[in-house]
Amino acid sequence: MIEADLEVKNKDGLHIRAAALFVQIASKYKSNVTVIKDGNTANGRSILELLTLFAEQGSVLHIIVDGEDEKQLLDEIKELIEGNFEEG
Amino acid sequence: MEESPKETKVIKGIPASEGISIGKVFLIEEEEVAIISKKISKEQVKKEIARYNTALSEVKKEMESTREKMLNILGKQHTPLCDAYLGMLDDPLLNKDVIRRITEDNINAEYAIWTTLEKVIKSFDNIDDEYFRERKNDIQELGRRIINHLLGKQRRKITDAEKDSIIIAHNLNPTDTISLKEHKVGGFAINIGGRTSHIALIAEGLGIPAIVGLKNITSEVNNGDLVILDGNQGIIIINPDKQTLENYTRELEIQLREKEELEKLRNLPAETLDGYRVGLQCNIDTKEELSSVITSGAEGIGLFRTEFLYLNRQHLPSEDEQYEIYRDILQKTLPYSVTIRTLDLGGDKLAQFGLEEDMVFEESNPFLGLRAIRLCLKYPEKLFKPQLRAILRASVAGKVRIIFPMISSAEEFRQAKEIFEEVKTELRKENQPYDDTIEIGAMIEIPSAALTSDIIARDADFLSIGTNDLIQYTLAVDRLNENIAFMYEPLHLSILRLLKHIIDSAHKEGKPVAMCGEMAADMEFTKLLLGMGLNEFSVPVHMIPKIKKVIRTTTLKEAKELVREVLGAESRESMIKAFRKSKVV
Repeated sequence: MIEADLEVKNKDGLHIRAAALFVQIASKYKSNVTVIKDGNTANGRSILELLTLFAEQGSVLHIIVDGEDEKQLLDEIKELIEGNFEEG
Repeated sequence: MEESPKETKVIKGIPASEGISIGKVFLIEEEEVAIISKKISKEQVKKEIARYNTALSEVKKEMESTREKMLNILGKQHTPLCDAYLGMLDDPLLNKDVIRRITEDNINAEYAIWTTLEKVIKSFDNIDDEYFRERKNDIQELGRRIINHLLGKQRRKITDAEKDSIIIAHNLNPTDTISLKEHKVGGFAINIGGRTSHIALIAEGLGIPAIVGLKNITSEVNNGDLVILDGNQGIIIINPDKQTLENYTRELEIQLREKEELEKLRNLPAETLDGYRVGLQCNIDTKEELSSVITSGAEGIGLFRTEFLYLNRQHLPSEDEQYEIYRDILQKTLPYSVTIRTLDLGGDKLAQFGLEEDMVFEESNPFLGLRAIRLCLKYPEKLFKPQLRAILRASVAGKVRIIFPMISSAEEFRQAKEIFEEVKTELRKENQPYDDTIEIGAMIEIPSAALTSDIIARDADFLSIGTNDLIQYTLAVDRLNENIAFMYEPLHLSILRLLKHIIDSAHKEGKPVAMCGEMAADMEFTKLLLGMGLNEFSVPVHMIPKIKKVIRTTTLKEAKELVREVLGAESRESMIKAFRKSKVV
C-alpha cells in the first residue's frame, strides 16, 4: 500500500471532467484507489463519489493505492493532478 | 371572459452567445415525473434488474452516438462532457447501489435510481462553489434520462422543431446540443447555467444566439409563442409589440447582411481598393484556437503567446513538451507562418519554479521590473535556451518567425540574438535539423525602443508593435487604475508620432512592421495605420473579417491623406475632427 498527498491546482478543481479522467486511469489498473479529503472518502473508480469530495482549487487529496500495480497507478495519478487534468 | 392580446414580457438572463433571433418557441418541458416507490416481489427482482440494465445500455448507446457526432461536428474539445456522462453510467456507486437497493429493499428500478442519486445531489446543495453547484445539473440530467427510458417517456426532440425555432428548456443535454448544430434552430434560452457552463461555450462555438440562467423561462412561455432572443443583451422578449418587433426585425436584417458580407470576404485578400496589400493574421494563446483561425480566412498567426505554457504548473515546460506544441501549430498553420513570441511574463509568475532560491521576486513596480526578455536574458540556460531550441527544432515542420518581447534597446536585442545564434550552433553540433532562414523580430512596446527603432531595425528582420504597453509606458498610465483609465488614449499625438516613427524607420531599412496590440484590432484605427504604412495586422480571430472589410473599402491614397491631416493638425480638436471624419463604423 502506498500513499501520497497531492494538491489540486487547476482552476475548477476536481470537477466532472477531471473526475472522469481520474476514473479512466484508475480503471486501467488492478489496484484499488481511495481518495480522502477532509475525512470524506471516495472510491477512485467512481466519478460520483469523487465529485462529492468537492475538491476545489487548492485542496489537498490524500490518495491511497493498494495492489500489485500500485506504483504505476500512483505515478499516473500524480501526473494527472500535477498536469492540472490536461487543462494546460 | 374576453381573451386579451397576449401580454409582452421581457426577461433578463445571462448572455451566453451573441446575436439576435426571432422565432416561435419550441418548448421542451421537463415533466416532473413523480417517482413512486413500488414494492416488488422477490420473483420480480431479476426482471427489475434486467429492466434497469436495458435502460442503462440504451442511454449509453445514445450517449455514444452523441459523442461520435460531437467529435465530428464540434471537435475534440467538446467530447469530455460526453466521456464524463459515459463514465457516470459505468459508475460503481450508481450501479452497485441501484442493484443493491432493488435486491435488498425490493423496490422498483426508478425509485432505486432516484434515491441513489438524491443522496449525491443533496450533498451538492451545501457547496458555495458555483462551478460545483452547476455539476448537480449534470447528475440530475443523467438520472432523468435513465428514468425516462424506464418509463418509456421520450423527451421532445429538437429535431422535431421547425426551422428557426427558439428552443426553450430547463437545460439542454449533449444530445440536444448536437441536434442544434445539425438542425437549424434560431437560438436557445434555458433556465439554468452560468457563465462557466459548458453549454455557453458550445453556443458560442455554434454561432447561434443563446441566453442562460433565465431561472424559470420554461413556465413563462407557451409553445408557439413569438419571442425575440437578444443574445447581445441577454434578454428574451415574449410576445413583443409591433414596434419592438419592427425594430428587432430591422436589426436582424442588418445582422444577417453583415454576416453574409463578412462571409464573402473570407477568401479575398486584405487589399485596399487601389491594390495595397497587407498581411492579416491572428493572435492566439493555445493550440485549441487553431481550428477557428483556419476557417476565419486569416493568413497565419501573427502572435502566438507562449505564456500559457508556463502558467498553473509546478515545473517549467520541458524543451520536448514545447517542441511538440510548436510543431503541431506550425504544421497545422501551413501554408502560412506562425510568429512565436518568446516568454513574456513577470518574475513573480515564475517564482514558483524556484529559478533561484535567494532571488527576490517582490518588486515594487513589476511593470518596470524583471520581466519578459530581461528575465530570459538573466536565465538563458533555464528559461531562454530551452524555448529557442524547441522553436528551432520545430521550425522544419512549417514556417516560423520569432519575436522577442519588451526590447528596450538595440544592445539588448543583439544580446538576445547572440543567444539565438549560440543555440543554433549547439543544434548543428547535435545534428538537429532546423530552418536557417527564420526571421527574428523585435517587439517595440517601450518608448526607448520606439525612439531608437531605426537602429534596432538594422539588426531585426521585422518589427512588431505592441500598442497596449507602448501606450501605457509612453503616457505613464496604468489602464487598470480606474482613476486614470480615461487618460489611456491611443489617439494621443505622442503615440501617433511614435507609430509613424517606428514604421518609417523600419521601412528605411527595408524591414516590414507588424502590429499585434489592441489598436490593430480597432476598426477606428485601421485606415490610419494603413496610411502610416503598417504591413501586417495581427488581431483576435473574430475581428479578421471586420478589419478586412475596412481595408477592402478604403484606398491607400485616402489613408495617407488621413495621416497627413491627423498628424499635421494644429490643435487636438482639429486632429480629432480629422480622425472622426474617417470613421467607418
